[in-house]
Amino acid sequence: MITGTPKPIEEILEMVEPYDNIIVAGCHGCVTVCRVGGEKEVQVLASTLRLAREASGRKIEIKEVSLERQCDPEYVELMRPYVEDYQAVLSIACGAGIQFLAEKFTVTPLLPGINTGFLGVTERQGEWAERCQGCGDCVLHLTGGICPVTRCAKSLFHGPCGGSVRGICEIDKDVKCGWQLIVDRLKALDQMDNYGKLKPYKGWDSARHGGPRRILREDMI
Amino acid sequence: MKSESNLKRVLDAGHISVTAECGPPRGADPDIVREKAAFVAGNVDACNVTDNQTAVVRMSSLAGCMLIKELGIDPLIQMVVRDRNRIALQSDLLGASALGVRNLLCLSGDHQKFGDDPQAKNVFDIDSMQLIHLAKTMRDEGVFPSGDKLQGAPDFYIGCAVNPFADPYEIRVPRLKLKMEAGADFVQTQCIYNMEKFKTYIEDAKRDGLTEKIKILAGVTPLKSAGMAKFMRRMVAGMDIPDEVVKRIADEPKEKQAAKGIEMCIEQIQELKEMEGIAGIHVMAIEWEEKLNEIIGGAGLLPRPIIE
Repeated sequence: MITGTPKPIEEILEMVEPYDNIIVAGCHGCVTVCRVGGEKEVQVLASTLRLAREASGRKIEIKEVSLERQCDPEYVELMRPYVEDYQAVLSIACGAGIQFLAEKFTVTPLLPGINTGFLGVTERQGEWAERCQGCGDCVLHLTGGICPVTRCAKSLFHGPCGGSVRGICEIDKDVKCGWQLIVDRLKALDQMDNYGKLKPYKGWDSARHGGPRRILREDMI
Repeated sequence: MKSESNLKRVLDAGHISVTAECGPPRGADPDIVREKAAFVAGNVDACNVTDNQTAVVRMSSLAGCMLIKELGIDPLIQMVVRDRNRIALQSDLLGASALGVRNLLCLSGDHQKFGDDPQAKNVFDIDSMQLIHLAKTMRDEGVFPSGDKLQGAPDFYIGCAVNPFADPYEIRVPRLKLKMEAGADFVQTQCIYNMEKFKTYIEDAKRDGLTEKIKILAGVTPLKSAGMAKFMRRMVAGMDIPDEVVKRIADEPKEKQAAKGIEMCIEQIQELKEMEGIAGIHVMAIEWEEKLNEIIGGAGLLPRPIIE
Protein backbone atom coordinates (compact mmCIF):
# COMPACT_ATOMS: atom_id res chain seq x y z
CA MET A 1 0.00 0.00 0.00
CA ILE A 2 0.92 3.67 -0.16
CA THR A 3 1.79 4.83 3.32
CA GLY A 4 1.87 8.25 4.89
CA THR A 5 2.18 10.22 8.10
CA PRO A 6 0.00 13.07 9.35
CA LYS A 7 1.41 16.54 8.98
CA PRO A 8 1.92 18.36 12.29
CA ILE A 9 -1.30 20.09 13.32
CA GLU A 10 0.53 23.44 13.50
CA GLU A 11 1.43 23.16 9.83
CA ILE A 12 -2.14 22.26 8.90
CA LEU A 13 -3.54 25.17 10.95
CA GLU A 14 -1.20 27.51 9.12
CA MET A 15 -2.39 26.13 5.77
CA VAL A 16 -6.07 26.55 6.59
CA GLU A 17 -5.59 29.91 8.27
CA PRO A 18 -6.94 31.99 5.35
CA TYR A 19 -10.18 29.98 5.12
CA ASP A 20 -13.51 30.04 6.95
CA ASN A 21 -15.02 26.94 5.40
CA ILE A 22 -13.27 23.89 3.99
CA ILE A 23 -13.74 20.26 3.08
CA VAL A 24 -11.62 17.65 4.84
CA ALA A 25 -11.44 14.76 2.39
CA GLY A 26 -10.33 11.26 3.26
CA CYS A 27 -9.93 8.14 1.17
CA HIS A 28 -10.98 4.54 1.78
CA GLY A 29 -7.91 3.14 0.00
CA CYS A 30 -4.37 2.72 1.25
CA VAL A 31 -4.47 5.62 3.69
CA THR A 32 -7.37 4.02 5.52
CA VAL A 33 -5.40 0.79 5.92
CA CYS A 34 -2.38 2.63 7.28
CA ARG A 35 -4.65 4.72 9.47
CA VAL A 36 -3.70 8.15 8.29
CA GLY A 37 -6.42 9.30 5.91
CA GLY A 38 -9.60 7.30 6.36
CA GLU A 39 -13.04 8.22 7.63
CA LYS A 40 -11.99 8.10 11.26
CA GLU A 41 -8.97 10.31 10.67
CA VAL A 42 -11.19 12.79 8.82
CA GLN A 43 -13.42 13.06 11.89
CA VAL A 44 -10.50 13.48 14.28
CA LEU A 45 -8.73 16.06 12.13
CA ALA A 46 -11.92 18.06 11.51
CA SER A 47 -12.72 18.13 15.24
CA THR A 48 -9.20 19.17 16.12
CA LEU A 49 -9.26 22.00 13.60
CA ARG A 50 -12.67 23.19 14.75
CA LEU A 51 -11.56 23.27 18.38
CA ALA A 52 -8.30 25.01 17.60
CA ARG A 53 -9.97 27.64 15.47
CA GLU A 54 -12.71 28.17 18.03
CA ALA A 55 -10.04 28.71 20.66
CA SER A 56 -8.36 31.27 18.43
CA GLY A 57 -11.63 33.17 18.10
CA ARG A 58 -12.24 32.48 14.42
CA LYS A 59 -14.50 29.53 13.78
CA ILE A 60 -14.11 27.33 10.75
CA GLU A 61 -16.86 25.38 9.06
CA ILE A 62 -15.80 21.95 7.92
CA LYS A 63 -17.52 19.42 5.72
CA GLU A 64 -16.27 15.89 6.31
CA VAL A 65 -16.04 13.64 3.28
CA SER A 66 -14.53 10.23 2.61
CA LEU A 67 -14.30 9.00 -0.94
CA GLU A 68 -13.96 5.37 -1.92
CA ARG A 69 -10.74 6.36 -3.70
CA GLN A 70 -9.35 9.80 -4.50
CA CYS A 71 -7.35 8.37 -7.39
CA ASP A 72 -10.36 7.28 -9.48
CA PRO A 73 -12.43 9.77 -11.47
CA GLU A 74 -15.79 8.11 -10.77
CA TYR A 75 -15.42 8.71 -7.02
CA VAL A 76 -13.78 12.11 -7.30
CA GLU A 77 -16.69 13.35 -9.42
CA LEU A 78 -19.01 12.74 -6.46
CA MET A 79 -17.54 15.85 -4.85
CA ARG A 80 -18.24 18.10 -7.79
CA PRO A 81 -21.78 19.19 -6.81
CA TYR A 82 -20.61 20.89 -3.63
CA VAL A 83 -16.89 21.42 -3.90
CA GLU A 84 -17.19 25.02 -5.02
CA ASP A 85 -19.29 25.86 -1.96
CA TYR A 86 -16.07 25.65 0.02
CA GLN A 87 -12.97 27.80 -0.05
CA ALA A 88 -10.48 24.92 0.02
CA VAL A 89 -10.12 21.16 0.26
CA LEU A 90 -7.78 19.64 2.83
CA SER A 91 -7.10 16.13 1.59
CA ILE A 92 -5.60 13.40 3.70
CA ALA A 93 -5.24 10.96 0.84
CA CYS A 94 -1.85 10.21 -0.70
CA GLY A 95 -0.12 12.68 -3.00
CA ALA A 96 -1.72 11.03 -6.02
CA GLY A 97 -5.20 11.51 -4.61
CA ILE A 98 -4.57 15.10 -3.59
CA GLN A 99 -3.26 15.95 -7.04
CA PHE A 100 -6.13 14.22 -8.75
CA LEU A 101 -8.59 16.41 -6.82
CA ALA A 102 -6.55 19.48 -7.77
CA GLU A 103 -6.67 18.43 -11.39
CA LYS A 104 -10.42 17.92 -11.38
CA PHE A 105 -11.43 20.95 -9.31
CA THR A 106 -9.41 23.67 -10.93
CA VAL A 107 -10.65 26.69 -9.00
CA THR A 108 -10.44 25.21 -5.49
CA PRO A 109 -7.14 25.28 -3.57
CA LEU A 110 -6.02 21.81 -2.47
CA LEU A 111 -4.09 21.42 0.79
CA PRO A 112 -2.11 18.30 1.77
CA GLY A 113 -2.94 17.05 5.27
CA ILE A 114 -0.46 14.19 5.23
CA ASN A 115 3.07 13.55 4.04
CA THR A 116 2.95 10.66 1.62
CA GLY A 117 5.51 8.00 2.42
CA PHE A 118 6.30 4.92 0.43
CA LEU A 119 5.05 1.68 -1.07
CA GLY A 120 5.23 -0.61 1.90
CA VAL A 121 3.82 -3.28 4.12
CA THR A 122 2.43 -3.49 7.64
CA GLU A 123 5.17 -5.24 9.58
CA ARG A 124 3.07 -5.17 12.73
CA GLN A 125 0.33 -3.02 14.21
CA GLY A 126 1.57 0.56 13.97
CA GLU A 127 4.71 -0.18 11.98
CA TRP A 128 5.08 0.09 8.24
CA ALA A 129 8.17 -0.47 6.13
CA GLU A 130 9.17 0.27 2.56
CA ARG A 131 9.36 -2.57 0.07
CA CYS A 132 9.09 -1.13 -3.43
CA GLN A 133 10.22 1.97 -5.27
CA GLY A 134 8.18 1.26 -8.36
CA CYS A 135 11.28 1.43 -10.53
CA GLY A 136 9.57 -0.26 -13.43
CA ASP A 137 11.93 -3.20 -14.01
CA CYS A 138 11.52 -5.89 -11.40
CA VAL A 139 14.43 -8.24 -10.60
CA LEU A 140 12.96 -9.99 -7.57
CA HIS A 141 13.29 -13.39 -9.23
CA LEU A 142 17.08 -12.95 -9.18
CA THR A 143 17.40 -11.59 -5.67
CA GLY A 144 15.43 -14.04 -3.59
CA GLY A 145 12.32 -11.89 -3.58
CA ILE A 146 14.06 -9.02 -1.79
CA CYS A 147 14.55 -5.76 -3.66
CA PRO A 148 18.10 -4.39 -3.78
CA VAL A 149 16.91 -1.02 -5.06
CA THR A 150 14.67 -0.52 -2.05
CA ARG A 151 16.23 -2.54 0.74
CA CYS A 152 19.89 -1.52 0.20
CA ALA A 153 20.58 2.05 1.34
CA LYS A 154 22.82 2.47 -1.71
CA SER A 155 20.59 0.51 -4.09
CA LEU A 156 23.57 -1.68 -4.92
CA PHE A 157 23.14 -4.44 -7.46
CA HIS A 158 26.20 -6.29 -6.13
CA GLY A 159 26.06 -5.89 -2.40
CA PRO A 160 26.59 -5.98 0.45
CA CYS A 161 29.06 -3.15 0.85
CA GLY A 162 31.64 -3.04 3.62
CA GLY A 163 29.16 -1.45 5.99
CA SER A 164 27.16 -4.59 6.69
CA VAL A 165 27.68 -5.90 10.21
CA ARG A 166 25.74 -8.77 11.76
CA GLY A 167 22.89 -8.19 9.34
CA ILE A 168 22.58 -4.49 10.11
CA CYS A 169 23.18 -1.62 7.70
CA GLU A 170 25.71 0.98 8.79
CA ILE A 171 23.25 3.84 8.30
CA ASP A 172 21.01 2.88 11.21
CA LYS A 173 20.90 0.19 13.87
CA ASP A 174 17.24 -0.38 13.03
CA VAL A 175 17.85 -0.94 9.32
CA LYS A 176 18.53 -4.48 8.19
CA CYS A 177 21.17 -4.93 5.51
CA GLY A 178 19.18 -5.66 2.36
CA TRP A 179 21.99 -7.69 0.89
CA GLN A 180 22.36 -9.85 3.98
CA LEU A 181 18.66 -10.63 3.57
CA ILE A 182 19.17 -11.38 -0.11
CA VAL A 183 22.14 -13.67 0.54
CA ASP A 184 20.31 -15.52 3.32
CA ARG A 185 17.33 -16.05 1.10
CA LEU A 186 19.37 -17.11 -1.95
CA LYS A 187 21.11 -19.66 0.24
CA ALA A 188 17.81 -20.97 1.57
CA LEU A 189 16.55 -21.30 -2.01
CA ASP A 190 19.82 -22.84 -3.22
CA GLN A 191 20.14 -20.00 -5.72
CA MET A 192 23.55 -18.60 -4.78
CA ASP A 193 24.52 -18.93 -8.46
CA ASN A 194 22.56 -15.74 -8.99
CA TYR A 195 24.92 -13.92 -6.63
CA GLY A 196 28.07 -14.47 -8.63
CA LYS A 197 26.89 -12.84 -11.84
CA LEU A 198 27.63 -9.33 -13.03
CA LYS A 199 24.32 -7.61 -13.56
CA PRO A 200 23.78 -5.09 -16.36
CA TYR A 201 23.58 -1.40 -15.49
CA LYS A 202 20.06 -0.70 -14.42
CA GLY A 203 17.91 1.26 -16.82
CA TRP A 204 16.53 4.01 -14.65
CA ASP A 205 14.48 5.30 -17.55
CA SER A 206 11.72 2.94 -16.44
CA ALA A 207 11.86 4.60 -13.02
CA ARG A 208 11.07 8.24 -12.21
CA HIS A 209 14.28 9.34 -13.95
CA GLY A 210 12.71 8.93 -17.36
CA GLY A 211 10.17 11.62 -16.45
CA PRO A 212 6.58 11.20 -15.19
CA ARG A 213 5.38 7.75 -16.12
CA ARG A 214 2.22 6.50 -17.72
CA ILE A 215 0.79 3.04 -18.29
CA LEU A 216 -1.30 2.58 -21.38
CA ARG A 217 -3.25 -0.65 -21.72
CA GLU A 218 -4.66 -0.72 -25.25
CA ASP A 219 -6.69 -3.83 -24.37
CA MET A 220 -8.63 -1.89 -21.77
CA ILE A 221 -9.30 1.32 -23.67
CA MET B 1 53.09 8.17 -26.05
CA LYS B 2 51.09 6.69 -23.21
CA SER B 3 52.67 6.73 -19.79
CA GLU B 4 51.96 3.68 -17.70
CA SER B 5 50.96 3.43 -14.08
CA ASN B 6 54.03 3.32 -11.86
CA LEU B 7 52.11 1.12 -9.44
CA LYS B 8 51.47 -1.38 -12.23
CA ARG B 9 55.13 -1.35 -13.26
CA VAL B 10 56.29 -2.03 -9.70
CA LEU B 11 53.80 -4.86 -9.23
CA ASP B 12 54.49 -6.37 -12.65
CA ALA B 13 58.20 -6.39 -11.80
CA GLY B 14 57.35 -8.56 -8.80
CA HIS B 15 58.04 -6.04 -6.04
CA ILE B 16 55.87 -5.61 -2.98
CA SER B 17 54.18 -2.31 -3.79
CA VAL B 18 53.56 0.51 -1.34
CA THR B 19 50.66 2.91 -1.60
CA ALA B 20 49.41 5.53 0.81
CA GLU B 21 46.55 7.95 0.80
CA CYS B 22 46.10 11.70 0.93
CA GLY B 23 42.79 13.17 2.03
CA PRO B 24 42.27 16.52 0.28
CA PRO B 25 41.50 19.50 2.52
CA ARG B 26 38.14 20.97 3.48
CA GLY B 27 38.90 24.04 1.40
CA ALA B 28 40.61 25.36 -1.67
CA ASP B 29 44.12 25.73 -0.24
CA PRO B 30 46.45 23.72 -2.51
CA ASP B 31 49.37 24.06 -0.09
CA ILE B 32 47.71 21.68 2.35
CA VAL B 33 47.83 18.96 -0.31
CA ARG B 34 51.41 19.87 -1.21
CA GLU B 35 52.49 19.65 2.44
CA LYS B 36 50.94 16.19 2.83
CA ALA B 37 52.35 15.07 -0.51
CA ALA B 38 55.86 16.09 0.57
CA PHE B 39 55.64 13.41 3.28
CA VAL B 40 54.38 10.87 0.76
CA ALA B 41 56.87 11.52 -2.05
CA GLY B 42 59.62 8.94 -2.28
CA ASN B 43 57.90 6.55 0.12
CA VAL B 44 55.27 5.09 -2.18
CA ASP B 45 54.70 3.81 -5.70
CA ALA B 46 51.35 5.58 -5.97
CA CYS B 47 49.17 7.62 -3.68
CA ASN B 48 45.39 7.45 -3.38
CA VAL B 49 43.52 10.71 -3.28
CA THR B 50 40.21 10.20 -1.57
CA ASP B 51 36.86 11.26 -3.01
CA ASN B 52 34.82 13.07 -0.37
CA GLN B 53 35.41 10.27 2.11
CA THR B 54 32.80 9.72 4.80
CA ALA B 55 30.63 11.98 2.61
CA VAL B 56 32.35 15.05 4.03
CA VAL B 57 32.89 17.68 1.34
CA ARG B 58 36.51 18.17 0.38
CA MET B 59 38.56 19.39 -2.54
CA SER B 60 37.91 17.08 -5.50
CA SER B 61 39.97 13.96 -5.91
CA LEU B 62 41.02 14.91 -9.43
CA ALA B 63 42.34 18.30 -8.27
CA GLY B 64 44.21 16.56 -5.45
CA CYS B 65 45.67 14.07 -7.93
CA MET B 66 47.02 16.89 -10.09
CA LEU B 67 48.58 18.61 -7.08
CA ILE B 68 50.41 15.48 -5.91
CA LYS B 69 51.44 14.69 -9.49
CA GLU B 70 53.30 18.02 -9.53
CA LEU B 71 55.52 16.52 -6.83
CA GLY B 72 56.31 13.48 -8.92
CA ILE B 73 53.91 11.11 -7.16
CA ASP B 74 51.91 8.64 -9.27
CA PRO B 75 48.34 9.60 -8.37
CA LEU B 76 45.58 7.09 -7.76
CA ILE B 77 42.17 8.65 -8.15
CA GLN B 78 39.40 7.34 -5.92
CA MET B 79 36.00 7.56 -7.53
CA VAL B 80 32.73 6.94 -5.73
CA VAL B 81 29.38 6.31 -7.39
CA ARG B 82 27.48 8.09 -4.63
CA ASP B 83 27.68 11.57 -6.13
CA ARG B 84 27.79 11.09 -9.89
CA ASN B 85 25.68 9.32 -12.45
CA ARG B 86 27.17 7.34 -15.30
CA ILE B 87 27.37 10.44 -17.50
CA ALA B 88 29.53 12.32 -14.98
CA LEU B 89 31.58 9.21 -14.14
CA GLN B 90 32.48 8.58 -17.77
CA SER B 91 33.33 12.23 -18.26
CA ASP B 92 35.55 12.30 -15.18
CA LEU B 93 37.30 9.10 -16.21
CA LEU B 94 38.15 10.69 -19.55
CA GLY B 95 39.30 13.89 -17.87
CA ALA B 96 41.46 12.11 -15.31
CA SER B 97 43.12 9.99 -17.96
CA ALA B 98 43.69 13.04 -20.17
CA LEU B 99 45.47 14.73 -17.27
CA GLY B 100 47.75 11.74 -16.77
CA VAL B 101 46.11 9.93 -13.87
CA ARG B 102 46.82 6.24 -14.47
CA ASN B 103 45.43 4.55 -11.37
CA LEU B 104 41.78 4.30 -10.46
CA LEU B 105 39.97 2.98 -7.41
CA CYS B 106 36.27 2.25 -7.93
CA LEU B 107 34.17 2.63 -4.78
CA SER B 108 30.54 2.89 -3.83
CA GLY B 109 31.25 5.66 -1.29
CA ASP B 110 30.13 6.15 2.28
CA HIS B 111 26.45 6.92 2.64
CA GLN B 112 25.74 10.66 2.78
CA LYS B 113 24.19 10.14 6.18
CA PHE B 114 27.70 10.21 7.67
CA GLY B 115 28.70 13.51 6.12
CA ASP B 116 27.94 17.15 6.60
CA ASP B 117 25.10 17.11 4.08
CA PRO B 118 22.95 14.21 5.27
CA GLN B 119 19.98 15.67 3.40
CA ALA B 120 21.77 15.44 0.06
CA LYS B 121 20.29 13.31 -2.71
CA ASN B 122 22.47 10.31 -3.49
CA VAL B 123 22.98 8.93 -6.96
CA PHE B 124 24.08 5.27 -7.07
CA ASP B 125 23.13 5.12 -10.75
CA ILE B 126 25.60 2.26 -11.17
CA ASP B 127 27.44 0.49 -8.36
CA SER B 128 31.18 0.09 -7.78
CA MET B 129 31.19 -3.29 -9.52
CA GLN B 130 29.69 -1.72 -12.60
CA LEU B 131 32.09 1.24 -12.45
CA ILE B 132 34.95 -1.27 -12.69
CA HIS B 133 33.25 -2.78 -15.70
CA LEU B 134 32.64 0.64 -17.22
CA ALA B 135 36.30 1.69 -16.84
CA LYS B 136 37.50 -1.60 -18.30
CA THR B 137 35.12 -1.37 -21.24
CA MET B 138 36.32 2.13 -22.05
CA ARG B 139 39.98 1.19 -21.62
CA ASP B 140 40.06 -2.16 -23.40
CA GLU B 141 37.40 -1.79 -26.03
CA GLY B 142 37.75 1.93 -26.70
CA VAL B 143 34.02 2.42 -26.56
CA PHE B 144 31.47 4.02 -24.27
CA PRO B 145 29.08 1.57 -22.63
CA SER B 146 26.55 2.90 -25.12
CA GLY B 147 28.72 1.39 -27.86
CA ASP B 148 29.95 4.65 -29.39
CA LYS B 149 33.62 4.79 -30.19
CA LEU B 150 35.87 6.91 -27.95
CA GLN B 151 38.17 9.57 -29.33
CA GLY B 152 41.05 8.11 -27.37
CA ALA B 153 40.53 5.41 -24.75
CA PRO B 154 41.32 6.23 -21.11
CA ASP B 155 44.24 4.31 -19.66
CA PHE B 156 43.87 3.14 -16.09
CA TYR B 157 45.24 0.51 -13.80
CA ILE B 158 41.88 -0.41 -12.33
CA GLY B 159 41.43 -1.06 -8.66
CA CYS B 160 38.69 -1.92 -6.23
CA ALA B 161 38.32 -2.15 -2.47
CA VAL B 162 37.19 -4.99 -0.25
CA ASN B 163 36.39 -5.32 3.40
CA PRO B 164 37.20 -8.91 4.42
CA PHE B 165 35.81 -8.15 7.89
CA ALA B 166 32.28 -7.14 6.97
CA ASP B 167 29.35 -9.56 7.00
CA PRO B 168 28.33 -11.96 5.69
CA TYR B 169 31.81 -13.46 5.42
CA GLU B 170 30.85 -16.19 2.98
CA ILE B 171 30.28 -13.71 0.11
CA ARG B 172 33.47 -11.73 0.72
CA VAL B 173 35.70 -13.88 -1.48
CA PRO B 174 33.00 -14.44 -4.15
CA ARG B 175 32.51 -10.67 -4.22
CA LEU B 176 36.23 -10.13 -4.79
CA LYS B 177 36.04 -12.68 -7.60
CA LEU B 178 33.16 -10.74 -9.12
CA LYS B 179 35.20 -7.54 -8.97
CA MET B 180 38.14 -9.27 -10.58
CA GLU B 181 35.91 -10.61 -13.34
CA ALA B 182 34.38 -7.18 -13.83
CA GLY B 183 37.88 -5.90 -14.61
CA ALA B 184 39.76 -5.01 -11.42
CA ASP B 185 43.55 -5.37 -11.74
CA PHE B 186 44.23 -4.74 -8.07
CA VAL B 187 42.39 -4.53 -4.78
CA GLN B 188 43.10 -2.50 -1.67
CA THR B 189 41.67 -3.92 1.52
CA GLN B 190 40.02 -2.24 4.47
CA CYS B 191 42.41 -1.65 7.42
CA ILE B 192 43.48 -5.01 8.77
CA TYR B 193 43.84 -5.51 12.51
CA ASN B 194 42.48 -9.02 12.82
CA MET B 195 45.37 -10.89 11.20
CA GLU B 196 43.88 -14.33 11.84
CA LYS B 197 40.68 -13.52 10.00
CA PHE B 198 42.65 -11.89 7.20
CA LYS B 199 44.78 -15.00 6.77
CA THR B 200 41.62 -17.07 6.42
CA TYR B 201 40.38 -14.63 3.79
CA ILE B 202 43.62 -14.84 1.81
CA GLU B 203 43.61 -18.64 2.05
CA ASP B 204 40.06 -18.69 0.70
CA ALA B 205 41.01 -16.27 -2.07
CA LYS B 206 44.00 -18.41 -2.94
CA ARG B 207 41.83 -21.51 -3.13
CA ASP B 208 39.70 -19.72 -5.72
CA GLY B 209 42.82 -18.82 -7.68
CA LEU B 210 42.28 -15.12 -7.04
CA THR B 211 45.71 -14.29 -5.64
CA GLU B 212 47.18 -15.07 -9.05
CA LYS B 213 44.66 -13.06 -10.99
CA ILE B 214 44.37 -9.86 -8.95
CA LYS B 215 47.04 -7.97 -7.02
CA ILE B 216 46.01 -7.83 -3.38
CA LEU B 217 47.31 -4.76 -1.54
CA ALA B 218 46.83 -5.23 2.20
CA GLY B 219 45.53 -2.15 4.01
CA VAL B 220 46.94 -0.98 7.33
CA THR B 221 46.29 2.06 9.50
CA PRO B 222 48.65 2.90 12.36
CA LEU B 223 46.83 3.53 15.62
CA LYS B 224 47.66 6.84 17.29
CA SER B 225 46.24 5.85 20.65
CA ALA B 226 44.09 3.33 22.47
CA GLY B 227 41.33 5.92 22.24
CA MET B 228 41.52 5.88 18.45
CA ALA B 229 41.32 2.08 18.42
CA LYS B 230 38.25 2.09 20.62
CA PHE B 231 36.64 4.88 18.65
CA MET B 232 37.18 3.15 15.31
CA ARG B 233 35.92 -0.13 16.66
CA ARG B 234 32.78 1.50 17.96
CA MET B 235 32.04 3.94 15.17
CA VAL B 236 33.24 2.40 11.91
CA ALA B 237 31.04 -0.39 10.61
CA GLY B 238 33.00 -3.44 9.54
CA MET B 239 36.13 -2.39 11.47
CA ASP B 240 37.43 -5.47 13.26
CA ILE B 241 39.98 -4.59 15.97
CA PRO B 242 40.56 -7.56 18.27
CA ASP B 243 40.78 -7.03 22.03
CA GLU B 244 44.44 -8.03 22.18
CA VAL B 245 45.34 -5.29 19.67
CA VAL B 246 43.52 -2.68 21.73
CA LYS B 247 45.05 -4.04 24.92
CA ARG B 248 48.57 -3.92 23.54
CA ILE B 249 48.36 -0.20 22.86
CA ALA B 250 46.23 0.57 25.92
CA ASP B 251 48.83 -1.01 28.18
CA GLU B 252 51.29 1.72 27.24
CA PRO B 253 51.30 5.07 29.05
CA LYS B 254 49.49 7.72 27.01
CA GLU B 255 52.63 9.47 25.80
CA LYS B 256 54.07 6.24 24.43
CA GLN B 257 50.93 4.99 22.68
CA ALA B 258 51.67 6.68 19.34
CA ALA B 259 55.11 5.10 19.17
CA LYS B 260 53.59 1.75 20.07
CA GLY B 261 51.00 2.18 17.31
CA ILE B 262 53.77 2.72 14.78
CA GLU B 263 55.74 -0.25 16.07
CA MET B 264 52.65 -2.44 15.79
CA CYS B 265 51.97 -1.19 12.27
CA ILE B 266 55.54 -1.95 11.19
CA GLU B 267 55.35 -5.47 12.63
CA GLN B 268 52.10 -6.02 10.82
CA ILE B 269 53.53 -4.87 7.48
CA GLN B 270 56.52 -7.15 7.96
CA GLU B 271 54.19 -10.08 8.47
CA LEU B 272 51.90 -9.11 5.60
CA LYS B 273 54.65 -8.62 3.05
CA GLU B 274 55.84 -12.17 3.64
CA MET B 275 52.35 -13.58 3.30
CA GLU B 276 51.81 -15.60 0.15
CA GLY B 277 49.25 -13.91 -2.07
CA ILE B 278 49.96 -10.38 -0.86
CA ALA B 279 51.28 -8.15 -3.64
CA GLY B 280 51.54 -4.86 -1.80
CA ILE B 281 50.86 -2.78 1.27
CA HIS B 282 48.43 0.13 1.42
CA VAL B 283 49.25 2.42 4.35
CA MET B 284 46.37 4.65 5.38
CA ALA B 285 48.04 6.92 7.91
CA ILE B 286 45.00 9.05 8.57
CA GLU B 287 46.08 12.67 9.11
CA TRP B 288 49.49 11.24 10.02
CA GLU B 289 51.32 11.39 6.69
CA GLU B 290 54.48 12.61 8.43
CA LYS B 291 54.95 9.11 9.84
CA LEU B 292 54.90 7.35 6.48
CA ASN B 293 58.68 7.41 6.04
CA GLU B 294 59.22 5.94 9.49
CA ILE B 295 56.60 3.22 8.99
CA ILE B 296 57.50 2.21 5.45
CA GLY B 297 61.23 2.49 6.09
CA GLY B 298 60.87 0.61 9.37
CA ALA B 299 59.17 -2.22 7.54
CA GLY B 300 62.12 -2.50 5.18
CA LEU B 301 60.28 -1.25 2.13
CA LEU B 302 62.53 1.71 1.29
CA PRO B 303 63.87 2.86 -1.04
CA ARG B 304 61.08 2.30 -3.54
CA PRO B 305 62.15 0.61 -6.76
CA ILE B 306 62.51 2.72 -9.87
CA ILE B 307 61.32 0.81 -12.93
CA GLU B 308 62.18 2.32 -16.28
